[in-house]
Amino acid sequence: MQVQATYNYQVVRQFTVMTVVWGIVGMLVGVIIAAQLIWPELNLGEYLSYGRLRPLHTNAVIFAFGGCSLFATSYYAVQRTCHTPLFAPGLAAFTFWGWQLVIVLAAITLPMGMTQGKEYAELEWPIDILITLVWVSYAVVFFGTLMKRKTPHIYVANWFFGSFILTVAVLHLVNSAAVPVFSSPIWKSYSVYAGVQDAMVQWWYGHNAVGFFLTAGFLGMMYYFVPKQAGRPVYSYRLSVVHFWALIFTYMWAGPHHLHYTALPDWTQSLGMVFSLILLAPSWGGMINGVMTMSGAWHKLRDDPILKFMITSLSFYGMSTFEGPMMAIKTVNALSHYTDWTIGHVHSGALGWVAMIAIGSTYYMLPRLYGKQEMHSMRLVNIHFWVATIGVVLYISSMWIAGVMQGLMWRATNTDGTLTYAFVESVKATYPFYMVRLLGGTLFLSGMLLMAYNSYKTIVGGRAYNAPVLIPTMATAH
Amino acid sequence: MSDFVSGFWNIYITAISLIGILFCVLLLWRQSTAKSVASGNGSATDNATTGHVWDETLEEYNHPIPNWWRWLFYLTVIYSLVYLAMYPGLGSYKGIYGWTSVNEYQAEQQQAEHDYGPIFEKYRAMDIQAVAASAEGKEMGQRLFMTYCSQCHGSDARGAKGFPNLTDKDWLWGGTAAQIKESITLGRDAMMPAKGLKPDLNSEQITDLANHVRSLSGLANDANRAKRGKELFATACAACHGAEGKGTVGLAPNLSDSTWLYSSAESSIVETITKGRNNRMPAFGEFLGEAKVHLLTAYIVSLGGADSVSGNAATPNGVSPAPTEPAKP
Repeated sequence: MQVQATYNYQVVRQFTVMTVVWGIVGMLVGVIIAAQLIWPELNLGEYLSYGRLRPLHTNAVIFAFGGCSLFATSYYAVQRTCHTPLFAPGLAAFTFWGWQLVIVLAAITLPMGMTQGKEYAELEWPIDILITLVWVSYAVVFFGTLMKRKTPHIYVANWFFGSFILTVAVLHLVNSAAVPVFSSPIWKSYSVYAGVQDAMVQWWYGHNAVGFFLTAGFLGMMYYFVPKQAGRPVYSYRLSVVHFWALIFTYMWAGPHHLHYTALPDWTQSLGMVFSLILLAPSWGGMINGVMTMSGAWHKLRDDPILKFMITSLSFYGMSTFEGPMMAIKTVNALSHYTDWTIGHVHSGALGWVAMIAIGSTYYMLPRLYGKQEMHSMRLVNIHFWVATIGVVLYISSMWIAGVMQGLMWRATNTDGTLTYAFVESVKATYPFYMVRLLGGTLFLSGMLLMAYNSYKTIVGGRAYNAPVLIPTMATAH
Repeated sequence: MSDFVSGFWNIYITAISLIGILFCVLLLWRQSTAKSVASGNGSATDNATTGHVWDETLEEYNHPIPNWWRWLFYLTVIYSLVYLAMYPGLGSYKGIYGWTSVNEYQAEQQQAEHDYGPIFEKYRAMDIQAVAASAEGKEMGQRLFMTYCSQCHGSDARGAKGFPNLTDKDWLWGGTAAQIKESITLGRDAMMPAKGLKPDLNSEQITDLANHVRSLSGLANDANRAKRGKELFATACAACHGAEGKGTVGLAPNLSDSTWLYSSAESSIVETITKGRNNRMPAFGEFLGEAKVHLLTAYIVSLGGADSVSGNAATPNGVSPAPTEPAKP
């Protein structure tokens, strides 16, 4: 009998609270750099200049906000779907404190200008080693829990969480391989790869950071929390099999589409493009499975703001995973590359999909971690939903228009072949869209502040609660 | 030229790409045709789940894969295979058309030369003053200026700190059309050595020198310091800037006029003497070709600052590069 055994909610609570905190920090930095693009005077000294804050923004939203959310939800879901408390709770606690240390070190070193200069992998080698230790511990805890599961089968959410953990380990180790200088300054290192190979390894990493950290991991989240909140079974098991294997296989090839029309060999660019196109259907498989899980329960969308967050996030997921393969087509890329269209695309995924599914899942999970049925105010959750949705729509539509405009202005030529517009003219034409983007981002950040208040009231109105471990239900025979 | 160091990699890339695509197709085909994979009874009706339950309520239906989605998947695979037959992608296979990005770039360059070459050629054959006087020629020159020059010299060609003003009468490297064209074609490298010819100058002496330099153009200065500075100037600076500080075109800037590339503030002059200055105008001749340089020269002449010496500017081939000039403080 396991009557007294409880799930390990302690580490889940810690990561959940920090999800909200880092979400606010990361998005605040985003709002600041969006304002700096309009008013350059806001570059206050070298430490708060755009070039230093931009990597801080991306690291904070991806690895601090997104990372804490993935740790929290995967630890929550893997225990509950395996019907056993977390394996190695000491290591689980280490992953929390270790990950927070990584984030704090990033927040110190990036404004100081310590960087490897690799996008989304800026942190220098001492921090890279700490990340590796935390990540290996994470894998031990997660897969250890899977191994001592009390159910015969592994739930689909755990396939995605597992592939995310394994792949991110490989990506991090390969891309961050560097030779430290070992003289002053001690923290400085250089990549072991050179030239176009370095670029290729970087974007193999960069695109798979999107594919596994921001897609596979969050699909795992989706596969647990959407059916839970909807109270409906997952739409199709076999669809999940096809799209899981096709997704994790195909994503690996898509990186070269970040390097179209560069020194990368033609054959590599072609392969990156065609595999990005093949990726469309596997990506949409996750959206279909999530959205169709609602069939028979659509009426719940009317008054359940958590479901609204989840279904809206799946819609944005579908949109951005359609847009991505289109932008990977070389002729489309010739227009979109280096413009703000890319920024719009990224935020359609990051705010629309990643943040919204994370927010919805947090609203589901947080009250249950504090012995309550729901958040302090569901009305505030609803307001948050609308503020966030309007914010995302303003953000991505302004960047789409700005990006297409920039692309068209850059390629416009006069009858003598000279360029119609100087670069600075395209910058000037972008200002109104920068304003709309700033407004959208500010709205999204405001929603996070509502969430922080609501979470605070929920937490002080409850008490830390660890649910008892359940005995697996034997399926009714069909 | 092959991208691979051995024949093995060609086979490796080709095989792993095709096997990868085949893997996707087989996966899709198998899951589309199999009755049911996980469920014991093979039913795919609406109400049948796979029979597994997790965490009290989590179950899975086993609905068939939507047809539109399956065909979307197949369609992208077919598109990819056709694309890989037409274009390079499978190792060193060149594709049906033998297309390469280098060929495409060269073809576009040739097409542009064919379409636009004659327009530029017409002006290249004209005297610079005549191009500067023609409305269309000036306009073409301005468009080129906005694309290639405005980043440093400004949209209005008035320059900025460290970047010369092209609209005034003051020319570091000469203001005739021929000299301007040479500056654009070959670029200019300028270096003022730190502390001139006296590397042992101390900071007091440098401040004295700065005061003397300010006195040359009638700016406020400390007379005692300027007096001491004048003596130092003769040994440290006069070799290039001349005893009167009037400079020499192509060698050293005039210090007695009101044009200052790095500001006339005492602190700026002190910095210039202490650290020296390095500056460079990049060479555009090979990059743009003579016709565009010709139009750019005409545009700068049309701004009114150039010397009003008439005559076509010759191609600067054979013109020996000017000696390295100390940049003006």
